[in-house]
Amino acid sequence: MAVQLLKERYASEVGTVVLGATKEQGGTRSVSLTVGGEAALPFQHYEGSIPNRPIIAIEVTDVEPNWPEPLKEALGDVIKDPVAWAKKCVDEWGADAIYVKLDGADPDGANRTPEECAKTVKDILAAVGVPLIVVGCGDVEKDHEVMVKVAEETAGEKLLMGVAEQENYKSLVAACLGNGHSVIARSPLDINICKQLNILISEMNMPTDRIVIDPMIAGLGYGIEYGYSIMERGRMGALQGDKMLAMPMICTVGFEAWRAKEAWASEADFPGWGAQKDRGPAWEAMTAAALLQAGANILCMRHPQAVKAVKKNIEQLMETK
Amino acid sequence: MGLTGLAIFKELPKKNCGECGVPTCLAFAMALAAGKASLESCPYVTEEAKEALGSASAPPIKLIKVGAGDSKVVELGDETVMFRHDKTFYHPTGIAFEVEDTLDEGALAARLEQINGLEFDRVGLHYTVDLVAIKNTSGNADTYANVVKKVADNTKLALILMSDDSAAMEKALEIVTARKPLVYAATADNYEAMTAVAKKYEAPLAVKGANLDELEDVVNKVVALGHKDLVIDPGSRETVEVLKDLTQIRRMSIKKKFRPFGYPVIAFTTETDPMDEVLQAQVYVSKYASLVVMKTVEKQFVLPLLSWRQNLYTDPQKPIQVESKIYEIGAVNENSPVYITTNFSLSYYSVEGEVEASKIPSYIIPIDTDGTSVLTAWAAGKFGGDRIAEVMKELGIEQKVSHRNVVIPGYVAVIAAKLKEESGWNVIVGPREAAGISAFARANFS
Repeated sequence: MAVQLLKERYASEVGTVVLGATKEQGGTRSVSLTVGGEAALPFQHYEGSIPNRPIIAIEVTDVEPNWPEPLKEALGDVIKDPVAWAKKCVDEWGADAIYVKLDGADPDGANRTPEECAKTVKDILAAVGVPLIVVGCGDVEKDHEVMVKVAEETAGEKLLMGVAEQENYKSLVAACLGNGHSVIARSPLDINICKQLNILISEMNMPTDRIVIDPMIAGLGYGIEYGYSIMERGRMGALQGDKMLAMPMICTVGFEAWRAKEAWASEADFPGWGAQKDRGPAWEAMTAAALLQAGANILCMRHPQAVKAVKKNIEQLMETK
Repeated sequence: MGLTGLAIFKELPKKNCGECGVPTCLAFAMALAAGKASLESCPYVTEEAKEALGSASAPPIKLIKVGAGDSKVVELGDETVMFRHDKTFYHPTGIAFEVEDTLDEGALAARLEQINGLEFDRVGLHYTVDLVAIKNTSGNADTYANVVKKVADNTKLALILMSDDSAAMEKALEIVTARKPLVYAATADNYEAMTAVAKKYEAPLAVKGANLDELEDVVNKVVALGHKDLVIDPGSRETVEVLKDLTQIRRMSIKKKFRPFGYPVIAFTTETDPMDEVLQAQVYVSKYASLVVMKTVEKQFVLPLLSWRQNLYTDPQKPIQVESKIYEIGAVNENSPVYITTNFSLSYYSVEGEVEASKIPSYIIPIDTDGTSVLTAWAAGKFGGDRIAEVMKELGIEQKVSHRNVVIPGYVAVIAAKLKEESGWNVIVGPREAAGISAFARANFS
């Protein structure tokens, strides 16, 4: 006797967002990427179409990052040159997109001008053909200036720009809206704020297919389950027809994973944890792969070895007969 | 199947004796309907009622125990929801490591030592692994029995015996029957003999089908032979197929109370590279496997997997807490800074990590806020200046340091004045996020 599969019937599906514009689309990218669009829970291909695989954006900072030593060693000298770094991410490490973090803008750091930041972004655009995700340094005032400048200077490239938050979204959304970019809407592990922010951004006439949700995950071992559950709830909301939760989701995996000492502490200091060389990338890869099961669409990652393993995991999960 | 609480209530004795652990029969009926209680706990229920309620009152996924005596006992199954946010997951996926009976003595001893050594301490928690799966790769019954004995003698972990040959299984099972190992597996070809062996030694039995259809068929046959302590294996091995089968099995057992699938599920990794393998295992831990059998025994790969399992199985209603006491980070002295945070484990360990990274030896005092984070605790009145002053006094921090400066989280800057008034200490408002502590500490204390 055949077992009758128990398929869920969903009212709706996840929205799509296109990253990057090719020449025909008004930009200079050699490819544009579509994320989202799934009509089922993650990788349950038999009950709804999952048209687009999750993508990996590798993180590049405009100034040499203050990251744990073992991670910097694995990346090598390119971390001193964002353009060379971005090229290597694409050519050797298989990045689907580049996640550019403009840390150099930080007034307490290198304090680079908006013009300098925009130039870095343009240099990376010239060096690689993949879509770019660009975020500021985290200083609200400075990011306002920087992101407006970057948005203008790269008009038509369809960048994904971040981050818009509840207290502070208008200038970034306006800059994205006016220059053909999309926006990351970040909410602190709260599904109501997430929805509210998407409504606010939509009310500025930003189409929903140009908004990506950043649910602000925490790291593996440090509360990742909160983000995981918020993502699962959000995704269920999307499938049940809530358009204001239906945007694709982006997760800052590398940032969260490498904050944990489990990723970077040496074996000498923690002999019970095994060799750091593999433990670091495994910690990052595990973070990413767990979030895939909750519906992540864009994973921002750092370590090439972690990227490689997660790409393989994605391939296996996207296999259909 | 799927009786309502009221329908069940009609069949109960209505004594409201409370002996089942629930104060009234109605409350007990509701718990039964939700699959959260067993009819067995009612001492007065009639045989007719048992008959009538039988399948409706059984939990959707049976609880199975592997292991016995002074060795590890692993509880599997008895889950009630599809998503942890619906309630919680109860029985963390058992992690098993494969050992083949073709290993020579030295290799076997070395592998067991590695498996036994898979214990980890992090953020105040202790992680362990659960089982050793012994595989009859040799096909020889004597070799197998010999290796099974050696493994049993050298580990406290629970055991899975893996052989298709019921004679080899019996020989091994006879030796380790007191350990109550899981017998793997009854298949369409061998189920009669394998079920007889498992029944004879009262061991839990894994049932393997080539697919979901065959699995249902073999489970029904095994149950008809009178064995009900089962673990099931849908036979799929490709990641996406396993994910589908595990999801379907969980969904059918919980939403439809489909009895043939109402058992814990076992999954096997196939990837050979350790990194690929732990990510594959992660998929099965995330989505519904009660047991995962894997090969990688290297700590650096197992630790992230166990961390994920622990996170996933944390009860969303009960945050993990740390003890409220004075924690010393590094080689502290009388001049070391003092930080205040809450006893929510993640708040504490985020602060601890950053304080450690600042490389400035410091004291941290987590206030008991019932495991809530800084803002939540403050909003609930559990993190006020008076309360913190009280705890500082109780714990005697003034005897540990000669200065009188205390750092509070930036989010609760409003309590600074009250804390100063109550404690007499100078209150420094620190950064809002733990991530800012390192820079803050270097600017203020170095």
